[in-house]
Amino acid sequence: MAEIQLRDLWKYYDEVPAVRGINLDIEHNEFIALVGPSGCGKTTTLRMIAGLEDITAGDISVGDRIVNEVAPKDRDIAMVFQNYALYPHMSVFQNMSFGLRLRKTPKEEIDRRVNMAADILNIGELLERRPKQLSGGQRQRVAMGRAIVRDPQVFLFDEPLSNLDAKLRVQMRTEIKKIHQRVKTTVVYVTHDQVEAMTLADRIVVMNEGVIEQVGTPEEMYDDPQTLFVASFIGSPSMNFIPCQVEAANGGLSIQLADNLSFPVPADRLDRCGPGVGREMLFGIRPEHITDKRPHTDPTHHNFTSDVVVLEPMGIDTMVFINIGETEITTRSRPRAVSQVGQPMEFTIDMAHMHLIDPKTDVVL
Amino acid sequence: MSSSTTTLTGSGGREVGINKVPIWRRRKAALNYVALLPYVFFALFPFYIMFITSIKTDQEINNLGNSPFWATGIATEHYVYLATNTSFFQHWFVNTLIVTVAVTIISVSIGTLAAYALARLRFRGVELFGVAVFITYLIPQTLLFIPLIDVINTIDDYVPIRDTYWSLILTYPTFLIPFVTWLLMGYFKTIPVEVEECAYLDGCSRLGALFRVVLPMAVPGIMCAILFSITLSWNELLYSLVFIQDEAAKTISVGVITELIRGDIYYWGSLMAACFIGALPIIMIYGFFMDYFTSGLTAGAIK
Repeated sequence: MAEIQLRDLWKYYDEVPAVRGINLDIEHNEFIALVGPSGCGKTTTLRMIAGLEDITAGDISVGDRIVNEVAPKDRDIAMVFQNYALYPHMSVFQNMSFGLRLRKTPKEEIDRRVNMAADILNIGELLERRPKQLSGGQRQRVAMGRAIVRDPQVFLFDEPLSNLDAKLRVQMRTEIKKIHQRVKTTVVYVTHDQVEAMTLADRIVVMNEGVIEQVGTPEEMYDDPQTLFVASFIGSPSMNFIPCQVEAANGGLSIQLADNLSFPVPADRLDRCGPGVGREMLFGIRPEHITDKRPHTDPTHHNFTSDVVVLEPMGIDTMVFINIGETEITTRSRPRAVSQVGQPMEFTIDMAHMHLIDPKTDVVL
Repeated sequence: MSSSTTTLTGSGGREVGINKVPIWRRRKAALNYVALLPYVFFALFPFYIMFITSIKTDQEINNLGNSPFWATGIATEHYVYLATNTSFFQHWFVNTLIVTVAVTIISVSIGTLAAYALARLRFRGVELFGVAVFITYLIPQTLLFIPLIDVINTIDDYVPIRDTYWSLILTYPTFLIPFVTWLLMGYFKTIPVEVEECAYLDGCSRLGALFRVVLPMAVPGIMCAILFSITLSWNELLYSLVFIQDEAAKTISVGVITELIRGDIYYWGSLMAACFIGALPIIMIYGFFMDYFTSGLTAGAIK
């Protein structure tokens, strides 16, 4: 069993805090993605779990033991590095079996495990080659194979796909997911790519400036972000934020935007949005929830008209940029329903997916 | 991929050689070699004169009517003289060999560990240490030998090392260890730290990672250090001139200039023969090590 617990974990580099008191419980066999912009402390956190960085304050436990003082070699953790970090003077087989040989594993057992991992990763015919004879994708597989054969308690990934080209990245992403389904272990996966985090993880941890902004399943992060940062970080293209005023009207609430646009707040959101009445707030809505006009009966759907500013065809959908007051916002429409640039177009907004953000605290109400 | 297909059939059935080097590229290569010729000549000319003089008879050398650039016959008398009338082969060559091997082993071992520590470990004053090593290397030997005489004399009171090659084995590392350290520090910094960290996670201690992963990756750098260490100790003159007077304890560099030049009389033939034989091992070692300079071993470690 290998749960990981981070308790009030701090890391200072000289006087600069990189990680500021984070708490996190990772369950056995869970796939956790640490995601955030560069410099948010996610890699530092990962390296502290691995034992490659000293902890300034707090505790890390793996399984039942606190590992603060345990050397990396005794933590039973395998890590896949961003640049693969293969041993250039060893063959693929030697690279993969290095950890096992150090632990004096019997030769038959080493052969069995390496062949099994090579089988999973489809690198059986590369075992005799040197790293420099491999392509980027193959090196990536060897780096993962090296971790798999060890059968460690915990797998750490440090942006493993960021050196691959776009196509290979998507392919390896699926591979990693398959591998985790076959080789059940606890995984901590660091990435700055929220799409990777969404597609791979059981739970996502969004970090920013050394603190955890929010922890949750991909669905929770997408549907119910708790801070402005998470709302803007998760989802692509990212959520629109429009300055607004919340006004009480007819026993309900309505969102007042620029250009005389006004949409009523859905009934189930009234309690949450109440504190925003009479104040300058930010109205958040994802591009996919403002579409070309569609027939609807749902009371949360409302129509409005605006001029098209820019069109970005994506194939399956077309991104339509419009202006509401000073703010440029992105909407998502079916390609055939789109007007010409400069022409007015009718949209439907789904207020069931609205968010109201307090700009003073950046908290989502 | 199969590499057996060396020709393709181009349009109109014309065979196009894939490996055929275009004319302009050949011309460029030829030009490069021609441009190199003066440098090759400049570098090899002293060796040529050394060799050609060493196979002339004394008569031929002293006859100013003969061309100094060509020999009329092959005479072995100078080589025979070296073998029979001097300690060249019996002592000087052996001493030089012993000192070179011992000093290289000591300097490269200590220098490698020091360089690793200075390049990788984070301890208080690590940068100061690095600079201090560099400054040590900058102090000229011509100054350092004066206090070193005192050191050797003091040690000699307890263990007899003066007038033996032990005094050289002790003093050469004073300039070689800083040199090797400085050379390898730069090399260790080019080795990706992730590879080392990966070794820790795979189950290595720091020393384990050093010997199993870092040093194998540093082989080209270490080879370079060994080579320079061998060259510098093989050619060293000042310390051996100062610390050794006994003829049987001399190294080649000192033996040649003290025994084959008597006052203002130069024994040109045997002098050149001794220099030629003395230079051969270094030439051979350079030839042997050349491959290590041209091949990088870290390729494939990252990205």
